[in-house]
Amino acid sequence: MRAFTDALIITKRQLLQLARVPEVLIFSTIQPVMFVLLFRYVFGGSIATGQPGGYVQLLMPGIFVQTTAFTLAATASGLAEDMTKGLIDRFRSLPISRSALVFGRTLGDGLLNVVVLAVMGLAGYIVGWRPSSGIFKIGLAFIFLLAFGYALSWVGIFAGLAARDARVVQNVSFLITFPLTFLSNAFAPTTGMPRALQYVAEWNPVSTMVAACRELFGLKNQFGATAGSFPSEHPLTMSLIYMVIIVSIFVPLSVRKYTTAAKK
Amino acid sequence: MAEHLVKTYRKGEVRALDDLSLDVAEGTVLSVLGPNGAGKTTVVRILTTLLAPDSGSASVGGIDVVKHPDKVREIIGLSGQYAAVDETLTGWDNLVMFGRLYHLGKKAAVVRADELLERFSLTDSARRPIKTYSGGMRRRLDLAASLIVQPKVLFLDEPTTGLDPRGRQEMWGVIEELVKGGVTLLLTTQYLDEADQLADEIAVIDHGKVIARGTSDALKRQVGGERLEVVVDQDHITATMEIVAKVSGQQASLDAGLRQISAPVTTGAGALIEVLRNLDSAGIHPLDVALKRPSLDDVFMALTGHVAEEEVVAPAGKRGKK
Repeated sequence: MRAFTDALIITKRQLLQLARVPEVLIFSTIQPVMFVLLFRYVFGGSIATGQPGGYVQLLMPGIFVQTTAFTLAATASGLAEDMTKGLIDRFRSLPISRSALVFGRTLGDGLLNVVVLAVMGLAGYIVGWRPSSGIFKIGLAFIFLLAFGYALSWVGIFAGLAARDARVVQNVSFLITFPLTFLSNAFAPTTGMPRALQYVAEWNPVSTMVAACRELFGLKNQFGATAGSFPSEHPLTMSLIYMVIIVSIFVPLSVRKYTTAAKK
Repeated sequence: MAEHLVKTYRKGEVRALDDLSLDVAEGTVLSVLGPNGAGKTTVVRILTTLLAPDSGSASVGGIDVVKHPDKVREIIGLSGQYAAVDETLTGWDNLVMFGRLYHLGKKAAVVRADELLERFSLTDSARRPIKTYSGGMRRRLDLAASLIVQPKVLFLDEPTTGLDPRGRQEMWGVIEELVKGGVTLLLTTQYLDEADQLADEIAVIDHGKVIARGTSDALKRQVGGERLEVVVDQDHITATMEIVAKVSGQQASLDAGLRQISAPVTTGAGALIEVLRNLDSAGIHPLDVALKRPSLDDVFMALTGHVAEEEVVAPAGKRGKK
């Protein structure tokens, strides 16, 4: 219980930061909204989907997943900054639970995702996104997205603690998440890719997440590759498995790293 | 407090602490003095539970730091070299947050924050983000954050490194106040005058070992006694040198440029009076007379064979510390 309230105080700190420097919140929502508009109007016209409602229906789940995947970078650079500033040392010298800081941090980044996803959803609606599955499934899709972002922010925690410098972490995380989100079915059909890449794209957690969200939003997952492979047949299950794997590896790893973390 | 601590980095290549032992009596101030890379920060990190020693044991307030780190954290305060506060938040935000993390209730945390801000003359800037604070203000706030629960033992790791002279003076004032309040303090510094000014006892460390320890006076005595210095007119130099040499019992040396004659003495003020009397009866009026005790710089030089501040304190010097 103590650990939980401590974590909430850390989360509150992040919210306070946002209140003190609202620009951060504004820009972290502008970027994904910009992506929505760019993809919708730049590619939207030239990608034939055969989907009622057009490309934007397929695009939105893709962009949602991409944005939540970027949580990794946000968490990592935030933590790396605390690290270089010596704040982690201070927190570690306080009589609080070992997991409070990292737990609180992931919670805060999760909350930020709620706001970002809401704004994006609204932007998507304005440019023609109409999920057709009903309120329950749509809600489930968003919970799924938040869970995915949350799982990845644990990877970010680990990366942030392991890194030497906040800027390096930021760059490296993007270097990983960018190809990961594009080497998928998020923006274009995987069938156009070379065979080997198709295989990667198919098993990519981003693809399974996107496919799962498309299903939950009431679409047939058109960008999935070869029919019959497990991830494209069962995207929801596969995504859940991925999340469980990520969390069960990176939560203990991060908490351990935190307790032994030395200031860089 | 600490016994036979050993800590190595890079697989034993760097011995940051080499069988180092220290203790601080309750209610006193121990200054750990040493150049960059001597192991000061490592000692502090071990004692504040941030780092585990490779071998040896340490306790704070009678509590073992390795076995019961949680209990140790409840009674210590740590203020580091790099002001560790959240820069986007205001001073008030920071103190309230840390208060809450020390498990003060909401109200108590607010009251305590206001108290500390007042005490460290930060009330006027309480609602400004730390980013806008001067170096000295940041340090004071950092120190305030480490005092939220009135720690039994306070660790200050180079509290004035990087501050301008005014900031240092302010910080010293604040620390002296604390000491009067009876806190047990371990302070690391690379400034000899700082150790001299603030500490009851000084432990000089170099290459992870304590190479000398004692009061400032004792250390100075260890290095050698006092020197008598007399400055006279050009005309009286030879005569004065004779008088000084006679009193001292040793050869007097001359700094011709300053017209300053000096020699080691063992009888302190007695020697001073004797020299003055002799000069007076010889009709010589000295321009300046002084009895000089060795500075801690001399102490350091004599103990380590190198100057204390030979290494430049680079802003990125953090890594060099390890």
